[in-house]
Amino acid sequence: MPAPIRLRELIRTIRTARTQAEEREMIQKECAAIRSSFREEDNTYRCRNVAKLLYMHMLGYPAHFGQLECLKLIASQKFTDKRIGYLGAMLLLDERQDVHLLMTNCIKNDLNHSTQYVQGLALCTLGCMGSSEMCRDLAGEVEKLLKTSNSYLRKKAALCAVHVIRKVPELMEMFLPATKNLLSEKNHGVLHTSVVLLTEMCERSPDMLAHFRKLVPQLVRILKNLIMSGYSPEHDVSGISDPFLQVRILRLLRILGKSDDDSSEAMNDILAQVATNTETSKNVGNAILYETVLTIMDIKSESGLRVLAINILGRFLLNNDKNIRYVALTSLLKTVQTDHNAVQRHRSTIVDCLKDLDVSIKRRAMELSFALVNGNNIRGMMKELLYFLDSCDPEFKADCASGVFLAAEKYAPSKRWHIDTIMRVLTTAGSYVRDDSVPNLIQLITNSVEMHAYTVQRLYKALLDDISQQPLVQVASWCIGEYGDLLVSGQCEEEEPIQDEVLDVLEGLLVSNLSTPVTRGYALTAIMKLSTRFSSVNRIKKVVSIYGSSIDVELQQRAVEYNALFKKYDHMRANPNPNIAVITIHASNSTEADMTDFVFQAAVPKTFQLQLLSPSSNVVPALNQGTVTQVIRVLNPQKQQLRMRIKLTYTLKGSAVQDLAEVNNFPPQSWQ
Amino acid sequence: MIQFVLMVNRQGQTRLSRYYQSVALNRRAALEADVVRCCLSRKKDQCSFVEYKDFKLVYRQYAALYIVVGVTDSENELSIYELVHNFVEVLDKYFSRIMFNLDRVHVILDEMIQNGHIVETNKSRILAPLSAIDKMADS
Repeated sequence: MPAPIRLRELIRTIRTARTQAEEREMIQKECAAIRSSFREEDNTYRCRNVAKLLYMHMLGYPAHFGQLECLKLIASQKFTDKRIGYLGAMLLLDERQDVHLLMTNCIKNDLNHSTQYVQGLALCTLGCMGSSEMCRDLAGEVEKLLKTSNSYLRKKAALCAVHVIRKVPELMEMFLPATKNLLSEKNHGVLHTSVVLLTEMCERSPDMLAHFRKLVPQLVRILKNLIMSGYSPEHDVSGISDPFLQVRILRLLRILGKSDDDSSEAMNDILAQVATNTETSKNVGNAILYETVLTIMDIKSESGLRVLAINILGRFLLNNDKNIRYVALTSLLKTVQTDHNAVQRHRSTIVDCLKDLDVSIKRRAMELSFALVNGNNIRGMMKELLYFLDSCDPEFKADCASGVFLAAEKYAPSKRWHIDTIMRVLTTAGSYVRDDSVPNLIQLITNSVEMHAYTVQRLYKALLDDISQQPLVQVASWCIGEYGDLLVSGQCEEEEPIQDEVLDVLEGLLVSNLSTPVTRGYALTAIMKLSTRFSSVNRIKKVVSIYGSSIDVELQQRAVEYNALFKKYDHMRANPNPNIAVITIHASNSTEADMTDFVFQAAVPKTFQLQLLSPSSNVVPALNQGTVTQVIRVLNPQKQQLRMRIKLTYTLKGSAVQDLAEVNNFPPQSWQ
Repeated sequence: MIQFVLMVNRQGQTRLSRYYQSVALNRRAALEADVVRCCLSRKKDQCSFVEYKDFKLVYRQYAALYIVVGVTDSENELSIYELVHNFVEVLDKYFSRIMFNLDRVHVILDEMIQNGHIVETNKSRILAPLSAIDKMADS
């Protein structure tokens, strides 16, 4: 049997495949060769074969039949075998295969091997995929290696310990003694991984966090040395000494200083120093500044330092490098709640970022813009955000629309502005608006009594232009149904439509392909409501009866019920109903203070129906200086004696008051 | 922490993959394809960080090769960006033609990143064990 081909030859061969099918064929052929080689228990070429298997695994082909072979390689005495064996274990095995437990003994032996590179392999593999059982068995060995003076092994042991702690948190205590002098190491690799280990321990246990706070001065010293030391070829990256270590130390300081005044004070100076002295012309320097800013914002730093941090972010926003702009926006978003005023100063730059080409930057800028909207800047900000809504990608529209609605609700300077803004959103991004917006908007419009005429006119005009955006169409239909009388009565500023035109539009919605079933429901109900407001009742009757045989069940049901109204209750339409009693209540207040938030509620027995019209006001002036009037209409078809339970709620001198009563002494003329 | 390191070419073929957070085999292909699609579709003037599901991607292009690192939310993106460059410089120092020596690249990667965290960034120290291994392999 010829010797199996080398890995690089295999790669070369596979690269020549012109189609997926061709590649698959080559792989299958090689797999077959490898399998037979495994079956022959060939020690010489096992390493080479497993290496090829790993490559094929990376391409996505199954390689599980090589798992046991990896174990055989690990058990071999040759270093090259162990190397591939451990790599194979890391790539092919994980806790879910029982096979991995067989490795435990090998790793144990290799952790005590005479060659440091073998020990390193074992540490690396254990730290990558060791299960909880393996970690428990081998934690002692790892702890021993954490105390060795060999820096190559010490740094790997530290990260291995991180993994052990993740898998078996109870073992954390065990590593505590070994951490005592980790930070006095000179070797940067050990320093780096030690900081990672300390970070992991502090994040997992508040006790450890408290214990390690005493390391703050030492960490500050190390950081200081890194900044102040001259050029050091060993760790230099673009003129800065070991930036990766600096970033890691800053992160640990952040965790230690959070919610602790003393630690925060101890690191104040060094943070100011890093913030002012770090070279910002290259990415490295900015990476350190970024981490510094995050730390300053999270600990209990003095206000001068916080302002310094936000100004750094402001400078980042103006940087040409898009990565830096992105990072600045992300950080500002994190701090906008706590340092709102400081971030407000950079508002115009942030708004400019809405026009950036990059999707990630646009999204951050949008979120930040919404966070910065307040009563003072609402008009200007809304202009920018609506412009953004017009031109942004569809993926943003839903969130942006929701944000606009929320902001408008909180800070609208006037009702008319509010309604205009809603109209703008519905017409530009109407199909992206969330479902619950429709009832919310209808509620809002209902409450703005003085704007009804204006609103219904604008919505009608919008419908004439475009009936494809369903939320807009639904809100518009509802308003036309409710306020149609205002639409045709001449209360609007511009030329008002005639009744037939309005009915044409609504009927158009019913037949259009663009309307969803829900929209059709709205349209039909609106048409029906107009039968009490318009005079073309016959036309409406005809439309409603057509839909009594609609395929859409919901529409059919509505039409049938409305038809019934036409037949049975038509007499209620124009003439005043003799069965309706109209009662007016007058509320007056003889106390010394005004009663505010006054609400009158009433309940009647089952055979009656009640309608409460809007009260004249909800403030009852003190000392009988005025009254609140409210009209109640009671439908009493069975001519029974009228009884009513009433509830008054109001606020007097700051406290809420509730009053309940029964009224049974209505004069007989009111209900007979 | 770092969740994975990928090297892909412009056609989307994976040249190197290493996962520090366990991802099931059948999901890897889909993940890699998705990630690659994300990065390859971005233009030159867009930033090198992309939000993808619940982690972030940091990618850099070197000639025909893209290096993509997936990290958790807590990582400093600029620092990882710098790390990628560090990795490429180490590879450059050792190899003339990297991709046919895949196992060696893994050795280097293991010397730099272990279970999702940085272990060593000094180039000579990273390559020292490799030269020792080469000597052992030859003898």
